Amino acid sequence: MSSVQIRDVRKSFGNFEVLHGVSIPIEDGEFVVLVGPSGCGKSTLLRMLAGLENITSGTISIGDRVVNNVQPKERDIAMVFQNYALYPHMTVADNMGFSLKLRGAKPEEISTGVKRAAEILALTPLLDRYPRQLSGGQRQRVAMGRAIVRDPQVFLFDEPLSNLDAKLRVAMRTEIKELHQRLRTTTVYVTHDQIEAMTMADKIVVMHDGIVEQMGSPLELYDTPANQFVAGFIGSPAMNFLKGSVKVNGAAYFEGPNGVKLPLKSAPANSDGKPAVYGVRPEHFTIADDGAEAEIVVVEPTGSETQVFAKLGGEQVVAVFRERHLFNPGDKVRLKPDPALVHLFDDSTGKRLDS
Amino acid sequence: MSTVQTSMPAQAAAAGEPSFWSRLSGNRNWAAFWFMLPTAAFLILFLAYPLGLGVWMSFTDERIGRAGAFVGIENYQWLWDDSIFWLSVFNTLFYTLIASAIKFAIGLYLALLLNRHMPFKAIIRSIVLIPFIVPTVLSAIAFWWIYDSQFSIISWSLIKLGLIHSNINFLGDTEWARASVIFANVWRGVPFVAITLLAGLQTVSPSLYEAATLDGATSWQRFRFITYPLLTPIIAVVMTFSVLFTFTDFQLIWALTRGGPVNATHLMATLSYQRGIISGRLGEGAAIATAMIPFLVAAIAISWFGMQRRKWQQGSNND
Repeated sequence: MSSVQIRDVRKSFGNFEVLHGVSIPIEDGEFVVLVGPSGCGKSTLLRMLAGLENITSGTISIGDRVVNNVQPKERDIAMVFQNYALYPHMTVADNMGFSLKLRGAKPEEISTGVKRAAEILALTPLLDRYPRQLSGGQRQRVAMGRAIVRDPQVFLFDEPLSNLDAKLRVAMRTEIKELHQRLRTTTVYVTHDQIEAMTMADKIVVMHDGIVEQMGSPLELYDTPANQFVAGFIGSPAMNFLKGSVKVNGAAYFEGPNGVKLPLKSAPANSDGKPAVYGVRPEHFTIADDGAEAEIVVVEPTGSETQVFAKLGGEQVVAVFRERHLFNPGDKVRLKPDPALVHLFDDSTGKRLDS
Repeated sequence: MSTVQTSMPAQAAAAGEPSFWSRLSGNRNWAAFWFMLPTAAFLILFLAYPLGLGVWMSFTDERIGRAGAFVGIENYQWLWDDSIFWLSVFNTLFYTLIASAIKFAIGLYLALLLNRHMPFKAIIRSIVLIPFIVPTVLSAIAFWWIYDSQFSIISWSLIKLGLIHSNINFLGDTEWARASVIFANVWRGVPFVAITLLAGLQTVSPSLYEAATLDGATSWQRFRFITYPLLTPIIAVVMTFSVLFTFTDFQLIWALTRGGPVNATHLMATLSYQRGIISGRLGEGAAIATAMIPFLVAAIAISWFGMQRRKWQQGSNND
């Protein structure tokens, strides 16, 4: 186990720069999730960490050692690929023992290591099977077993759950988290699914267009997103954004589209009349008599909660309620955002405005 | 088929006299038969019949212009005591083994090379195919000039370079002649092996190599433990074809050496042609050709067992 330092790393393919100076400190034993939309450079960064891509500039160190020019096999890392990359002509046991075999380990050592990993992942009955004879979830576990056997400094996961069906994905998510809690190996996990990021990470790194938008614990990112991108990316359904301007007229409030009045706890300094973006998460709406009038468009009950799509000041917003309201399309309701939990963003830069 | 035939009288009785033709054209099993008929007729007429005729002829003393009489295994008895026949068997095996081995080695090397990222990849791949596109006889004539005892460009170049002092008698010396025809065959056969193996290489997912790299494999180990085992099914197919084509090679030898010098390059196919067509002893020629069958069947049998789906290829491939 060891810490990982990514310092001002850049990556260009020809003249095209895909990573514009990324710095991420990763502590020993930490579970870090790199999350972002496709094309944001997260997988490239992971592959640079693995040694499968060159580092154009900046440094990556594992432990105390700068690994920029260290061969992948000498970096002491293990990677789980999106398509698992299991060797089709080897049994599960041979797949898992391959790295030990290449290292010149004795047959007894290999079989002990493989058995230990197989027990952790409940793969023991499958050791003699070939990858084609396994289900998707089993292949996923073999890929993890191959990583565990080596007992590496760092685990790398490249969207490992995206080939699984929804139910299995949830189960494997828990399994990976449990595994990390047990082994405490430093882990870097790449995904485009913010739910995976939220549920598994000690630290989330939100990436967008080759830069780090924000990093922090899941709840930090959820509660105080640094900018509009992070605010919109983390959380499901996504945060509602309403354009308008801040008014300080006795009490502070936000004037949304078509003059809708939305509550603010307090206004940022010198912001009277300033255009801004008002962000409110769907779960932070309540129905109150002093709320803004909205017209319901669609109601989607999921059992545990009800998602309501409504027009607020002409803009579509989504609200989520734990209670089972009996709404019909066309009904008028009064939606009131919780002023303690709303967010304000700069209209032009998208940066968070703190009051 | 048998169920159809037994049920037909009953059907006819129940349906009240549909015509024989409508029953024949309406039944699904008969439809399958009609669809197969043209192909079956073609194969029987142009493959099975000549093969059968050839085998029959090998048991007769037929000559050109004279119908033969059945002579039993007399032709084979003659061949058994014929040192030229045994020399041609040796030549054929030697030619096939050496040429196939070299074709495999060079073909695999080229395929691995072409599978890398490099500039002008598509053009280089097409260039590699050229020897395969040129008609055999044309390339044989080109080689005939290249190997010419007086005008050979190879001899000329080596003399100009000061490496040798007199022309090499490529097609006149037994050892040189064998090496020369093998070289020409290899030149022609390499593209087929290379392009087919390249196609096989491209089915191997790049992430397997990345996984192996992270597992600590050197480039040799990646070849030995990943590429080679995954390529074996394709290798079995391509080498079977290569061996069959080489074993039955005729055009190249006939155009270059006609089996000479002193029968050193006579293959079974060329000897069969010479005895059967040139000398007119059809029965004996047919016997030589028939003697090739066991060798070919053995080659096919080896690859048949080699090509059977390996255990790791069974099951679904939905990754």
